[in-house]
Amino acid sequence: MNDVIGLAPWLVGFPLIGAAILLLGGKATDRWGHWLGVLASAASAVIGFILMFRMIGTPAEERSIDHHLWTWLSAGGLDVDLGLRLDPLSLTFVMLVTFVGTLIHVYSVAYMDHDPHRRRFFGYLNLFVAAMLTLVLADSYLLLFVGWEGVGLASYLLIGFWDTGRPSARENAVAAKKAFVMNRIGDMGLIAAMALLFAGTGALDFGTTLSDDAVGSLSEATATAIGLCLLLAACGKSAQFPLQAWLGDAMAGPTPVSALIHAATMVTAGVYLMVRSGPILEAAPTAQLVVVIVGAVTLLFGAVVGTAKDDIKKALAASTMSQIGYMMLAAGLGPAGYAFAIFHLLTHGFFKAGLFLGAGSVMHAMGDQTDMRRFGGLSRFLPITWITMGLGWLAILGIPPFSGFWSKDGIIEAAFMPVEGQPWRAWVFGSVAVLGAAITAFYMTRLFFMTFGGRRPRWTENQHPHESSPLMWWPLVFLGVGSAALGAVLGIGGTFVTWLEPVVGHAEHHEPVLPVPVIITTTLVVVVLGALLAFRMYAVALVPEEAPRGSVLTRAARRDLYQDTANETLVLKPAHGVARLVQVGDRDVVDRGWSVLPQAVSWFGAVFRKAQSGYVRSYAAGMAGGVLVIAVVVWLVVGLGGAQ
Amino acid sequence: MDITNYVVLAAVLFAIGATTVLLRRNAIVVFMGVELMLNATNLAFVTFARLHGDLTGQVLAFFVMVVAAAEVVVGLAIIVTIFRTRRSASVDDVNLLKG
Repeated sequence: MNDVIGLAPWLVGFPLIGAAILLLGGKATDRWGHWLGVLASAASAVIGFILMFRMIGTPAEERSIDHHLWTWLSAGGLDVDLGLRLDPLSLTFVMLVTFVGTLIHVYSVAYMDHDPHRRRFFGYLNLFVAAMLTLVLADSYLLLFVGWEGVGLASYLLIGFWDTGRPSARENAVAAKKAFVMNRIGDMGLIAAMALLFAGTGALDFGTTLSDDAVGSLSEATATAIGLCLLLAACGKSAQFPLQAWLGDAMAGPTPVSALIHAATMVTAGVYLMVRSGPILEAAPTAQLVVVIVGAVTLLFGAVVGTAKDDIKKALAASTMSQIGYMMLAAGLGPAGYAFAIFHLLTHGFFKAGLFLGAGSVMHAMGDQTDMRRFGGLSRFLPITWITMGLGWLAILGIPPFSGFWSKDGIIEAAFMPVEGQPWRAWVFGSVAVLGAAITAFYMTRLFFMTFGGRRPRWTENQHPHESSPLMWWPLVFLGVGSAALGAVLGIGGTFVTWLEPVVGHAEHHEPVLPVPVIITTTLVVVVLGALLAFRMYAVALVPEEAPRGSVLTRAARRDLYQDTANETLVLKPAHGVARLVQVGDRDVVDRGWSVLPQAVSWFGAVFRKAQSGYVRSYAAGMAGGVLVIAVVVWLVVGLGGAQ
Repeated sequence: MDITNYVVLAAVLFAIGATTVLLRRNAIVVFMGVELMLNATNLAFVTFARLHGDLTGQVLAFFVMVVAAAEVVVGLAIIVTIFRTRRSASVDDVNLLKG
């Protein structure tokens, strides 16, 4: 392992250099820039593979390596070192980010073919990958934060990529800003968590802060505060309740960006942060419970929103929110859940990237139409997209043996694990997870059949759908195969769980409150029921081209369950109110208060000015009168003095 | 000779001068009032110098005369200039410096 460790910095280095060349090189790189971007990402993936295979070859107890690069800051007693941590967890992420990232790069070459700013797009993609790799490879919270911010910046640039020359340019720019601002709220949580952690343990590197000694020295209240701040950070980045509103709008970006954000980079960062900070969360049961609750709420929230969206990308965005909810739920369950949170993240990365790129392929074929009510019957025209998206669909449903089954089932089982002293938890969160699976089955089946199935096409005029170029469908094939097989490869025999054990620790095996076969059967039954219901409603029945008015819940779900309205009423309006109060207070109280002084001076001036008549004789009279008064006073004083 | 007579005379002359300054409008006459006041003080200086047998008062009287002479030159020049520009020697017409 030690002979190849020197390659590790190049994981970040290649995409970063790629981004620098593409963004600084300007128009000179226009002709070949996109291939450079692909190459940079692919080089990273190759290094990732090398490191991965070498790590598999090392004994389990030697699999956590801190690779020190250089001292970043040295001030008095404080030394901030910059280094990379290579362990099964970070390498899992490296593989996901670089492999899926490279496929998305390749896809983008064709997808962005006609875009005049394709080179800039690839520069941003490389920056995104570099930032995400920094985030997952960092050996301290401080360097993690650098990557964290880099991811936020890159997502901002990419969501708002089409901010000129389109009818929706303004909305795209607003969506980018919304994503950035909501992410900043989360970032504030991370900064606060780092401050608390530094105050509590005097360090920020994982080696020190996550050790048993350091975590043991934190009081439970401190650990809870840190855990909640970290959760806030994760909520912002991973679009969890209540900071999820940006994710739907982020669909304003080009489709490969959505795939990258949802599968490989960005939204997975929150789950990574939770799992990485596991020891701190375990010291704070309250924070853990809140994590689980947030996960459960988001899981249902995203699923419900997903059932009502007619925009194919927004439906997938809601689905991501819901699936990340599963991961957060698992991450809050302690060591039993960590491995499955990451496992689901990995399989989700594959099938969601496949679904998004498939959606991009459909949009490509349909002239950038995103309304599913205007699709239908596309399976004959886009066979490859149809099959690969079908694999993704079966995977997200959790149908065995597709990959989603292995990871999602693990999470559902973990949710049913009893917690000492709180027997209600297993039942509540277990049921939520099963319910979520049913709704997931409904909305994904709806999406799939509204797009590909249906008895008659509902296209707008002049549509000539055609399969996209090989550059676009090859990545789909890779992702489709991953969606189908990855879960079984890693899931059977607990390979993946064992692989992560050096990082997340060995989980004591508890029996779930229900027998495992019962859980699996129940889940499958509700999933099939949900899918059948959707099939009946959207494949057998005719889908109207205009959305029906729908029930109260449907209408609410179309508007993201009034999340934006709630944000505006609960946060924006009060904030505006406070701002206005301060403004009015400053103007009417402070300014006006102080203006009394100059006004008084001015008033006195006006009064005394009258004495300056300009008549010399009146001045002379004043002088004479004054002299007279002084004389009288002197006479009186001297006279009285003489009398004594 | 009683010293009181001189002091009273000086006071009367001063009062006449001051009254002239305060009441008359013609600049030349006001000027004469000023001269009268200066000379009234001169008379007082000389009187008290004689009373104390001390020359300081007489010296001061000379100083006053010298200053008064210079002041007359400058003052008359100003008055003539004002008269030339404004066709008036009334002090009340020269009231531009008012608040």
